[in-house]
Amino acid sequence: MPSFVIVEKCDGCKALDKTACQYICPNDLMVLEPEQKKAYNQEPEQCWECYNCVKICPQQAIEVRHYADIMPLGSSTFPLRGTDSIMWTIKFRDQKTMKRFKFPIRTTAEGSIDCFKGKTMPTADDLKKPGFYTGPARTE
Amino acid sequence: MALEREFCKWSFCAKPAVETIETDLLLVGGGMACTGAAVEAMAYAKGLGLKVTLVDKAALDRSGAVAMGLSAINTYVGAENKVADYVGMVRTDLMGIIREDLVHSLGCHVDQSVHDFQDWGLPIWQKDAENHTVDGQVARDEGLPLLKDGGKCCRSGRWQCMINGESYKVIVAEAAKNALGMENIHERVFIVKLLTDKNNSNRVCGAVGFSVREHKTYVFKCKAMIVACGGVVNVFRPRSVGEGQGRAWYPVWNAGSTYAMPAEIGAKMVLMENRFVPARFKDGYGPVGAWFLFFKAQATNAYGEDYMAKNWDQVKKEYPGYADAPGTCLRNHAAMMEMRAGRGPIMMHTDKAMQALAQVLSKKELKHLEAEAWEDFLDMSISAACLWASFNMEPDKVPSEIIPSEPYLLGSHAGCAGLWVSGPSKNYLGAPDSWFWGYDRMTTVEGLFTAGDGVGASGHKFSSGSHAEGRMAAKGAIAFILDHKNDKLEAAQNIDDVIAEIYLPFEIYEKYKGYTTASEINPNYLMPKQVQTRLQKLMDEYVAGVTPMYQTNKIMLEEGLKRLTLLKEDATRLAARDLHELMRAWEQYHRILAGEAHLRHILFREESRYPGYYYRADFLSIDDSKWRVFTISQYDMKTNEWKFETEPYKQLC
Repeated sequence: MPSFVIVEKCDGCKALDKTACQYICPNDLMVLEPEQKKAYNQEPEQCWECYNCVKICPQQAIEVRHYADIMPLGSSTFPLRGTDSIMWTIKFRDQKTMKRFKFPIRTTAEGSIDCFKGKTMPTADDLKKPGFYTGPARTE
Repeated sequence: MALEREFCKWSFCAKPAVETIETDLLLVGGGMACTGAAVEAMAYAKGLGLKVTLVDKAALDRSGAVAMGLSAINTYVGAENKVADYVGMVRTDLMGIIREDLVHSLGCHVDQSVHDFQDWGLPIWQKDAENHTVDGQVARDEGLPLLKDGGKCCRSGRWQCMINGESYKVIVAEAAKNALGMENIHERVFIVKLLTDKNNSNRVCGAVGFSVREHKTYVFKCKAMIVACGGVVNVFRPRSVGEGQGRAWYPVWNAGSTYAMPAEIGAKMVLMENRFVPARFKDGYGPVGAWFLFFKAQATNAYGEDYMAKNWDQVKKEYPGYADAPGTCLRNHAAMMEMRAGRGPIMMHTDKAMQALAQVLSKKELKHLEAEAWEDFLDMSISAACLWASFNMEPDKVPSEIIPSEPYLLGSHAGCAGLWVSGPSKNYLGAPDSWFWGYDRMTTVEGLFTAGDGVGASGHKFSSGSHAEGRMAAKGAIAFILDHKNDKLEAAQNIDDVIAEIYLPFEIYEKYKGYTTASEINPNYLMPKQVQTRLQKLMDEYVAGVTPMYQTNKIMLEEGLKRLTLLKEDATRLAARDLHELMRAWEQYHRILAGEAHLRHILFREESRYPGYYYRADFLSIDDSKWRVFTISQYDMKTNEWKFETEPYKQLC
């Protein structure tokens, strides 16, 4: 059912100020079941399999069982997202073929972006001229 | 109308709390366009003492089309290219009808956004001193010059450059958040209605929406607004039949709000007949660009024949003047010829491409290349990588199927549906007077701006161009605000009535739910999902979806319109059980309006301008003598009528 939550691992983010998967899902799919305090995907056929819930879950309690109308069972694709890189482990349906890849995700520290630092701030006179506050437009 | 009109009188559901927020510039949407608008607007707003507020129906870090990430930036002009050549590429790909003032001005600005992304920390692949490809982190570690300082990016095609883009949106969102301040960002609030001024019905002055987290309405009052919340997905029946419906090529949450809300207050739309039908790796929707352009893979029919080489003379005969350089829709057309003749599936020969590269690369380089092939999917279409794993397919050993998908409506990718907006300045590059009305990227409604998927007749912006266009629109909007400082605005609409209309699906559900034993099946209402399936089925069958192989004609369209009209009436009987369903209800309503615009535009344009995207089977050729024009529509919500006009195309460069 696209993303699924492992009962034993999900702790409902009780130590955090918000449920991480519910916070991040771009399509408002992840919800916390009020009695058990565990998350689930409330509308699996609207899941984009964007993996944002998988990547953000602090307990690694969320995985993806791929679209039942398309994909055979048995493979898995799992990310470990750090602050500067992401590591993917892909296991094929045959349970033998494994792929591991690591890719950079950003070259600056998380939270460090200050888009106005060191920039000359524009004035109202610049509004109707081409260009952005970070640099001029091409002229050709 | 069969069922009596219902009104929400708060007899069955509780009134929500109402928060009213006054601001100068309201940004509706949180994708590339509005995050771009946020930084540029704040650069001015700080000094001018203006307030900028952003409202997003999701969380800014992962909202919009770049939520999953991207493996390439598709628009970077670079020092080696001329902007005029970029315009020429867009003109060719979009079959000769584009607003060249919009495309050219975007081309002049887009590189700056890319340079800013790299500054902010987006890893962009580069070429080192020996012309070897290095990833975006290695490029920094080795101290290669940044792109703005003359560093060379790694081109996959003439206009594209490869990135390590898993966190592309997170980075761009962080810049926007830090510029705006979290106190000016409202996440999980879905805007569904725009407000107009009491004394000027053609002036926007606010927006109303609701929280999908708590029982609360938000009323925003503003001087100007940028609406940029993506294109339209799942308006057509998708190829998938079950869970896979979520695996749309474009983000499944793009519900056409960008078109529907402005249309409801009379904003003119342009080329809404245009659509995009991406040919992608089947079922997983993995991107094909890198395979065609970077790995040099070939696509064939079932019998190994190169359908482009085989069919191109025929395409040239059918569409003279348009087939000299193969545009996206005509490449689809050449593949569809094979599919219609029963010679599918179309295969992408990833195996042969990788084996050819193995002949010339070292073992280490080959290992890197394999990682690049997988990253291309893992960065932006993870399911496509999972599909290989679930079928035990290794791309260097076996080919993969590609297929044209269900249609999508959008203005930022290889499509050009959208709103009719003002150009950047008077007679820009000799543009006609009628293409400029004061403020860059302002729609025909005063104070209402758009960008990205919202701007029609100028496609091929992609992520970087949408960001840049958001920034251009922000400058236009701030200029508008300064020029209209003394305007006294007051909403023409009764806010209580608007709020009652928004929550009507709650009232209807609570009023009637007890009538049947299973609440989903009830003769008094339809659930959002039921409305969506009806919309998808009629759009598919009558408006040139997948089932009739993208073909339609006047009779089919008129039948489709009858059914759509009845559905639009039934949409006033949408029911919702909770806030999530209330969001779905209004998404479906926005999809219906966007779908109606699409249908009516296809009916209006009596030719097949975009073969391979759709065919008017009763007018199969391109007729430049009559139809090399912008088709412009305007919806009147009060009378429920549409008006059409045309505006001549003009080549500017």
